[in-house]
Amino acid sequence: MTAEADNVLEQIAAWRKEGKGVALATVVTTWGSSPRPVGSQLAVDNSGKFVGSVSGGCIEGAVVEEALAAIKDGETRFLDFGVTNEQAWEVGLACGGKVQVFVERVA
Amino acid sequence: MKDATLQQILADQAAKRAVVLATDLASGDERLVYPHEAGNDPLLGEAQAAARLDKSGVVEHDGAKVFLNVYNPPLRLIIVGAVHIAQPLARMAAMTGYDVTVVDPRAAFASEERFPGVTVMTEWPDDAMATLAPDARTAIVTLTHDPKLDDPALEVALRLPVFYIGALGSKKTHNARLYRLGKAGFSDADMARICGPVGLAIGAKSPAEIAVAVLAQITERLRQPPV
Repeated sequence: MTAEADNVLEQIAAWRKEGKGVALATVVTTWGSSPRPVGSQLAVDNSGKFVGSVSGGCIEGAVVEEALAAIKDGETRFLDFGVTNEQAWEVGLACGGKVQVFVERVA
Repeated sequence: MKDATLQQILADQAAKRAVVLATDLASGDERLVYPHEAGNDPLLGEAQAAARLDKSGVVEHDGAKVFLNVYNPPLRLIIVGAVHIAQPLARMAAMTGYDVTVVDPRAAFASEERFPGVTVMTEWPDDAMATLAPDARTAIVTLTHDPKLDDPALEVALRLPVFYIGALGSKKTHNARLYRLGKAGFSDADMARICGPVGLAIGAKSPAEIAVAVLAQITERLRQPPV
């Protein structure tokens, strides 16, 4: 039986085949307690559908917003989330950890 | 990420080939590094370390921050004994991210009806092990409690750096097993690698509950290996 976990990349390939705009968000750094390890990924299509995760649900909404912007302008983004960064971002991590997320368009 | 890069990673995953994606976090430039192949990529050494530890992360290279994302082939679970417990264990392990192979030379047990969609080998366990070449990302569990089937598999497993070895059977069965393996030349330290009776002690009764206990113990050995 084949491993079923993590089919984020396969979903991206399927969306791209349908001609959709797609962005990929990847956890690149974590400090303290963080719900998803470095390398965790979330993919977003141009309608806002998403698969995968970069946290336990705390920051997905903000990441999806940035991903949609990246699909439009093609720029990469580097996002910082954490309890010490509440001014910079509206959302934080209730667990007290910090994560950095890299967002890029797939093209 | 470029579409071509995505397609190449998917092809590597289908071929069970480890690959590391190196992305410059400032420019977004990316390239693939193959940790198990010779090459002269300046990041090869760091990609090899990342793949070995199965740990993605940011490295500094020539003043640039580069993210190394490791795409290792899936972890593997080899189940010896196509018994009732193997049915839920194969499905749960696949959900957890393992490539599962069930080994049992008894055709009545190792049937397609009992294991739909599961890779089943009907060779004797020692022959099957030679084919499968278990490595440090492989777990092995024996479930037949028949020494003719379990022991050859365990004797192969104990000579390999697999991260988990479990053997079903009561304390009495397990002690008899250890006695036989000792006679076969294995040391106490070797045999201490075998988790037996198998699974975390959570009072599991049904085959599915025992599968949960076994998969929990495999997870523990993977994520919190004994020092």
